[in-house]
Amino acid sequence: MIPAEFKYMFPSTVDEAVRMLAEEGEDAKVIAGGQSLVPVLRMRLAAPTALIDIGGLTELTGVRDDGDSLLIGAMTTHYEVQRDHLVQDHALLLRLVTDTIADPQIRHRGTFGGSLCHADPAGDLLAPVLALDAVMIIAGPSGRREVPAAEFFVDYFTTALAPDEILLDVRVPKYTGWGAHYEKLNRVAQAWSIVAVAAAVQVRDGAISAARVGLTNVGSGPLRATEVEAALVGQQASAEAISEAALRASSGDGYKDNLARVLTGRALTAAVAG
Amino acid sequence: MTATAEPEIGKARLRKEDARLITGQTTWTDNLQLHGMLHMAVLRSPVAHARITGIDVSRATSMPGVAVVLTGEDFAAEQGSLPCAWPITEDMKSPPAPAMAVAQVNFAGEAVALVIADSAYHAADALEAIDIDYDELPVVLDMEEALRDNDLVHPDLGTNKCATWIFDSAEAGVGTNVEDEIASAEVVIERTFKQQRLIPAFMEPRSVVVDTTAGMFTVWSATQIPHILRWMLSAVTGISEHKLRVIAPDVGGGFGGKLQVTPEELLCLLVARRMGRPVKWTESRTESMLSAHHGRDQVQKITLSARRDGTVTGLKVELLADMGAYLRLVTPGVPILGAFMFNSIYKFAAYRFVCTNVFTNKVPTDAYRGAGRPEATFAIERMMDELAVELGVEPMKIREMNWIRHEEFPFDTVAGLTYDSGNYEAATARAMELFGYEEMREEQARRRSSGDVVQLGIGISTYTEMCGLAPSRVLGALRYAAGGWETASIRMLPTGKVEVITGTSPHGQGHETVWSQIVADKLGVPFDDVEVLHGDTATSHKGMDSYGSRSLAVGGTALVYAADKVLAKARTLAAHMMECDEVDVEFASGSFSVRGTSTVRSLGDVVLAAHVAHDLPEGMEPGMDADATFDPDNFSFPHGTHLCATEVDTETGMVRISRYVAVDDVGTVMNPLIVDGQVHGGLAQGIAQALYEEATHDEMGTLTSATLADYLVPCAADLPAFLTDRTTTPATSNPLGAKGVGEAGTIASTPAVVNSVLDALRHLGVRDIEMPMSPERVWTALQGRPDPGSGDVTAGGLGSIDAQGGQS
Repeated sequence: MIPAEFKYMFPSTVDEAVRMLAEEGEDAKVIAGGQSLVPVLRMRLAAPTALIDIGGLTELTGVRDDGDSLLIGAMTTHYEVQRDHLVQDHALLLRLVTDTIADPQIRHRGTFGGSLCHADPAGDLLAPVLALDAVMIIAGPSGRREVPAAEFFVDYFTTALAPDEILLDVRVPKYTGWGAHYEKLNRVAQAWSIVAVAAAVQVRDGAISAARVGLTNVGSGPLRATEVEAALVGQQASAEAISEAALRASSGDGYKDNLARVLTGRALTAAVAG
Repeated sequence: MTATAEPEIGKARLRKEDARLITGQTTWTDNLQLHGMLHMAVLRSPVAHARITGIDVSRATSMPGVAVVLTGEDFAAEQGSLPCAWPITEDMKSPPAPAMAVAQVNFAGEAVALVIADSAYHAADALEAIDIDYDELPVVLDMEEALRDNDLVHPDLGTNKCATWIFDSAEAGVGTNVEDEIASAEVVIERTFKQQRLIPAFMEPRSVVVDTTAGMFTVWSATQIPHILRWMLSAVTGISEHKLRVIAPDVGGGFGGKLQVTPEELLCLLVARRMGRPVKWTESRTESMLSAHHGRDQVQKITLSARRDGTVTGLKVELLADMGAYLRLVTPGVPILGAFMFNSIYKFAAYRFVCTNVFTNKVPTDAYRGAGRPEATFAIERMMDELAVELGVEPMKIREMNWIRHEEFPFDTVAGLTYDSGNYEAATARAMELFGYEEMREEQARRRSSGDVVQLGIGISTYTEMCGLAPSRVLGALRYAAGGWETASIRMLPTGKVEVITGTSPHGQGHETVWSQIVADKLGVPFDDVEVLHGDTATSHKGMDSYGSRSLAVGGTALVYAADKVLAKARTLAAHMMECDEVDVEFASGSFSVRGTSTVRSLGDVVLAAHVAHDLPEGMEPGMDADATFDPDNFSFPHGTHLCATEVDTETGMVRISRYVAVDDVGTVMNPLIVDGQVHGGLAQGIAQALYEEATHDEMGTLTSATLADYLVPCAADLPAFLTDRTTTPATSNPLGAKGVGEAGTIASTPAVVNSVLDALRHLGVRDIEMPMSPERVWTALQGRPDPGSGDVTAGGLGSIDAQGGQS
C-alpha cells in the first residue's frame, strides 16, 4: 500500500478528536476500521492531509441499553454487533444484516459507524438503519446534535456530517419480538449487493401490526419502502398480502426494479416466518 | 540408507513446500532488500490511443528522493522491441513493441514514464507530478469493426488484421472437405459464441529486482519462465547471456499470466544498467490488471454438419482473436493451440479452422490457463448440446454416438493429431453414477412440470485436451521459435542425499513434492532426502519452464531418465565393488545385491565409493551425477466427463451450482492430493468464466474492471463442494504414464456450467446467454429482451468511490 503522504493523529478523547478535525481543516479525514478508506487511500482516489484515528476512543465501542432504545457506539465492529445480545433481542434485523457484510476479516475490523458515514449506497447497514428510524448522535465544535437517519443520508457517499463532526453513537429504537430478515443478492461473497431488502415486521394475532422495509442499492442512498409498509399494516400475515404489498417496492420494469419487488416479497415472507 | 516401505508414487503426500509458503518463511521477489536499492514506479497511459505531444518531468524530477525520471525518448535507442516467439504465418503483421511508449500509446495502461527514487513512496508521489499531453486518436475496440480498417491501431501496418491461420483436413490429407460435408448434410447448425476477455489474476503481483554488482546482471522476477526470460532479455538488450542470471524465487501463481517477457522486466534491467545500482519494481493489483496480459477474447463462428441420425460429419470454425495492441511472447499462437482441439473426442469426417488475429487498442492477450483449448472445448461442447436439442436426442447420447470408442485408440484425428489412449465410456459411466444422472433428470422434470421458481439444469462436458508441450519438431512446424523438451539433473551427494535440478519452474504446482516422490521411488531413497532446486539459471542452466501442463509429462520424464543413468552407473560400480558380473546385480529398495547371494551394497555405499574414487572400474569418472533431456514424441491427452447441476432462480436470474462432478483421466497419478488441488482450482477458474469474470472497457477503452471489487474472482464460499474422481488410462508417450492436470478443470468446466444453465431455461424460450452469465443477463434473457451487456447495474464497490468518501 503506497498512499499519498498524510499526518497521522491519534486522539484519546472525543473532544480532542473534534478539535483536531477543526484544526486540520477540510482535508483531514477520520479513520475508524479503515475497511473503506484504506482501499481509497491505496488507490490514491483520495489524499487527505491528515488521518485522525479514532481507534483509541473506547467510549465509542459497544452496545448500551438506553430504555426504549439501544445506543450502538460508532466504533463497534461488525463482529461485535453480530454477537451482541442486546442487538439480538431488540434489533434482530441489524444482526442479520451484519452477518452478510463482506467476510470475517472485514467484520473484525470494519465498524458500524464507519459504514454509515461512508454512505456507499450499496453498503448493507444504511437501509436497515433508515428503516428502523435510527438517530445519529454527532459531536462537533459547537457540541452534540442528533440527526434522524432519514436526514443523515444525503446522496452517494454523502451524509449530513460536517467535515469537523464525528459520529458518536446510533440510537436504535427497540424492536423487541419483531421478525426480521435481510434478503441480499450479490454475485460473489465479497461483492456488494446488486439489490438487498431489509424487513422487520411485528405480527400480532396473525396480523401485521407494524412493518419496516428498507432497500439497499436502488437509489443514490438507502430507500424506505413506505408504500410497502403502509400496504402491510392491518393485513393478515399471508402470502397474498405480502405479494401484493411487495409489488409496491418499485414501479419500473428494469432489472433492479424487479429485484426490489422480488426480494421485498422474500424478505417479508422470511421476516413473518421468523 | 533406509528403503522406502511403500511406493511414493501414488501417495497423497502433503506438499513439502507448503509450510514455508503459508508462513511466509520464503523469498518472494518483493521481499528482497539490496544495499543501495532504487525503486521504480511506472506512469501508465490513461488513454487507449493517442499521440504523446509533450512530457514535462521537471516538477517530478525535483521531488524528494527522486533520482531520475525517464520517458520513452530516454529508452528509444536501447529498448528494442519486446519479443514475440510465435510468428504464426510468414506474412504475419508484427508492430514494434516498445517496453515504453515513445511517441504513441496504444492501450490504456501502457508505460509512458518511470520515476526512479530512493523509496517506493517517493517514486509513487513523483508519478503524480509528471505532466503528459496526449493528442487522442480514434479508439479501436471491437474486432469486427477493427477489420473494416476505418481506424487503425498501427497506421504503419495499413491494417488491423494481424494474420490469418488456416487448417483444413482435406488439404492436410487427414479428412474430407468440410464445405462438401455441409452442402450435403441433413442438419447444419451455425452458432456464434463470445469468449469474453479474462484477467489471469494470479495472487502474487508481478515484481522484478535487478542487481548489477559483481560484473553480472542478476534479475529476480516473479515469472513462470526464468530460462526463456534470460534468453529473451539477452536477445533484446544485447547483454551477453552468460552475464545474465535470472532467478524466479518462490512465485505466487501465474496461470499463464507470468508466461511473459514483460516491459517492466526489460525496463528494470535497462535502468539498473544505466544507474549502476539495484532497482526494484513491484506492481499494485490495479496496475497488474491494467498492464499484465489478458486472456481469451475471441468471437467464434461455428458450423456443424450432421446426419439426422445424430452422426456428426463436418466442423467449420471461423475465429476472430483479439491480440490487443501488441504481440507479446506467444500472443498470436494462443488461438492456434485451440486449432487441434475443436473436434475434441468426436469423429468428424471433415474439419476446417480459420483464425483471424486482430489488433485493438486493448491490453495484449496471451496465455491464460488452457490457452486456446478452453475456447475450443467450450465451442464444441456447446455445439453438441445444440445438435442434441435440434434432433431431440439426449445430450449424453449424442456425444456417445460420436466419440472415439476405447478400442479405437490410438486414434488419428481429423485435426492431424494421434490420441494415444483414453476411455471416454469409463469416465462418463463413473461421472453419471456419482452425479445420479437419472435421478437428476427426474427432479428436473418435476420442477419443469410444477413451474418451480427455481429451475434445474444439467450440463455436460466430455472434454479432451492436449498437454505435455511439446514435441520440438511439432513446434518447429508451427513456426514456434523454441523447442519443447525438458531437462533434469540428479546430483548424488557423498552422504547419500540427493539434489534434483529441474528445468521446470513451479509457481504453486508442487513440483518439489512430486519430483521428490519420483526420485524416492526410482532410487529407493527417503522422500525427505531429496531436495529440488529450480528457477535459478545459475543452478539450472537450461530448461523450458512451466506452462501448458507440461512439467510432469516432459520434465518428470527427464527426471526418470536421469535417475536411470544414475542407476546404470551405480550398477556398474556395485558389480565392481561386489566383484561380480553386472548382469548378476539386482537393485531393489535402494540396495544392490548379487543374485542368489547375501552380498549387498546400499546405493549410499556405492555413491560414496564413486565420490572418493579410490577404486573405480577402469575408465569410470568419479561421481554419480547424471543429466537427461527429454523431447516428447507426442502430446498427452487428458480427458474426462464433467457434469454440472445448476439451480437457476427465474425471478432474480441468480445461478447456483448445486452439484458438480468431475471424473478426469489424467493418466497415472503421482500424488492424488495435488491432482485434486489442481482440479479444484481449475474448476474454480472455469466456473468463473461461465458466471463471474470479465474484463470490461468503456467506449474510450478504459478498463472498468481494474480492481478485485469489480473483477469478480470467486472464493470458496461461492463454489460448491466438488465431487472428483478419476479413471486411469496411462499415457503411452512417457514412461510415467502421466498426461497432465494443470488446465483440465478450467478447460472442462466452463461449457458444463453454461450448458447447465441453458438446459434449465430452454423450455422457457432461452436459447443462449453470453458469459459471464450474470443474474441480470439471465433474467433479461428470460424476459426475451436483448443482452444487456456487462452493464453497471451490478456496481457498488471501488469503481464508484470518488475522492469525497467519508469517514470509514
